[in-house]
Amino acid sequence: MQTETVAPTRAVSRGIFSSQMLRTLFAPLGQLAIWTVGTAVVLSLVVLLLALIFRTSSSGVDRFTLVLSILPQVIVDSMVLGFVYAMIALGYTMVYGVLEFINFAHSEIFMIGAVVGAEVLISLSEAKALENFNPLLLILLIIAAGMAVSGLVAVVVERVAYRPLRNAPRLVPLISAIGVSFFLQDLVRMLESIWRNAFYRTYPDVPSFSQRISFGDTLDVSYKSIIVVVAAIVMLLALNYLVGATKIGKSIRAVAQNRATASLMGIDVDRAIALTFLVGGALGGAAGVLYGLRFSTINPYTGFIPGIKAFTAAVLGGIGNITGAMLGGIVLGFLETFGASYLSIFTEGAFGAEYKDILAFGILIIVLIFRPKGLLGEVVGERA
Amino acid sequence: MPFFELNDVHTYYGQIHALKGISVKVEEGEVVTLIGANGAGKTTTLKTISGLLRPRQGTIIFDTHRLDQLPAHKIVAMGVSHVPEGRQIFPRLTVLENLEMGAYLLNNAAEIQQNLDHVFQLFPRLKERVYQPGGTLSGGEQQMLAIGRGLMLRPRILLLDEPSMGLAPVLVEAIFNIIRELNQQGITILLVEQNAHMALQVAHRGYVLQTGRIILQDSAKALQANEMVRKAYLGEE
Repeated sequence: MQTETVAPTRAVSRGIFSSQMLRTLFAPLGQLAIWTVGTAVVLSLVVLLLALIFRTSSSGVDRFTLVLSILPQVIVDSMVLGFVYAMIALGYTMVYGVLEFINFAHSEIFMIGAVVGAEVLISLSEAKALENFNPLLLILLIIAAGMAVSGLVAVVVERVAYRPLRNAPRLVPLISAIGVSFFLQDLVRMLESIWRNAFYRTYPDVPSFSQRISFGDTLDVSYKSIIVVVAAIVMLLALNYLVGATKIGKSIRAVAQNRATASLMGIDVDRAIALTFLVGGALGGAAGVLYGLRFSTINPYTGFIPGIKAFTAAVLGGIGNITGAMLGGIVLGFLETFGASYLSIFTEGAFGAEYKDILAFGILIIVLIFRPKGLLGEVVGERA
Repeated sequence: MPFFELNDVHTYYGQIHALKGISVKVEEGEVVTLIGANGAGKTTTLKTISGLLRPRQGTIIFDTHRLDQLPAHKIVAMGVSHVPEGRQIFPRLTVLENLEMGAYLLNNAAEIQQNLDHVFQLFPRLKERVYQPGGTLSGGEQQMLAIGRGLMLRPRILLLDEPSMGLAPVLVEAIFNIIRELNQQGITILLVEQNAHMALQVAHRGYVLQTGRIILQDSAKALQANEMVRKAYLGEE
């Protein structure tokens, strides 16, 4: 796992501790902003240029005006999706960092977060308690619930299904992960069916979340989108701080870079690996809640597609690289949303939004042909 | 009762019988060296002591504690610090973070700072490079970092595995001076070396290993004079 933050130690920099800490905490904010703005600008320029070249459609519509008019909305939607992917991708990349294996059950950890968030909201709604809740508190509550359950499930999965196989050939834990994935899907389906007699769950409408703010004529942002983006940014900063500057985070990085030597430092490797699953799982759970808030209806099989895409995002950014996972998530979110929004405009409906994944993944394949280690890949090599 | 003792230790890699009954004693304050050719079992011995490998038979006792059934991270907590072969620093952690990892078991900031100052005093070079990722250091600097990291816990016994490997002669000299200095500060050292010539100069006693067995043990002086050792390990005719 790589982070390029140069973290201060308490021991050396006690005097400038606070300013150093703030820097470690907020430096990634600038990075996130640059990537988001950069991706947005590049893709916007591409679509605007295309619209200028193919300005008039066969039915006489001015494509340029059309493209421009929905652009702000497309960018906001891209950010929402991108940040959700980034949060899920972190779970894949952190586990890959310490164990060098792909935890295919992570998409179900994400789904469990979404289901827990839905159930908490539904229960509150059934108890007629939703209106009395402070909206901010409500958000914190459902995210915390999703994080707690997903984090714990991830730890249990590691303990039961991966740890006994740690010294087995590489493919064995991978198969175990796929098995866990199916198991969790059907376990959630069974539990929901017994409890609620239904496994398609819909996030109840919270009036204060459904409000929208309008900026001019072209941009109309729902509170939900703002909540998702803000919550995701807070989570990403918190994770960056945890991994970059705390003792726990450093021990996780040490285990990722050299497991045997980490144990010689007195680090309990099993515990560090369990912590990695806890942190990655909690982030995945939070992403699940945010995804559910934004897209409303979820079911036990909801996790698969976002999971695969977030895995792709992690590979795109450079698997094992934490900063890379964030970048990959943002880029993939943008590519997909731009594809969904503009494909039909340019192809006059021949290829609609349903082809967005072909576009997004096509571009990914091209990127990976030229940069097989991902956009960020290995930054600092080992010497000697 | 000896300070540190391996008694008839047998270690296996799967089916391969790597250590065939190793018995080594180290008294407090001593420098003891294990010498031998490649594959003799020197590194395996150290790994078995520090818990990276588990002996199938035999006991390892350190200051009245049994080490042989403990996991590696608990053995370090006893004050046994292993500086592994090939340095094994964390390449993407900074020099400072590498050293902090060495002090992972300490929680007192003042104590960590004190040990850090001690390491910087031994290796001023590391202080110049605190914020540089470990992987960008030269081989000699990485060796200093590996030793410094091993000292961050103020160990009572230091296991050094091939500290001179791949270093320029002037650096080899420097590393051996550090070993002497550490020993004068009261740290007991078990040193594994291929450079038997240097090792026998700093050590008080030595053991000669061959294919998983100890074939000779004596004071360093006597080993330097031993004809078999001179021929096989000191490269003299």
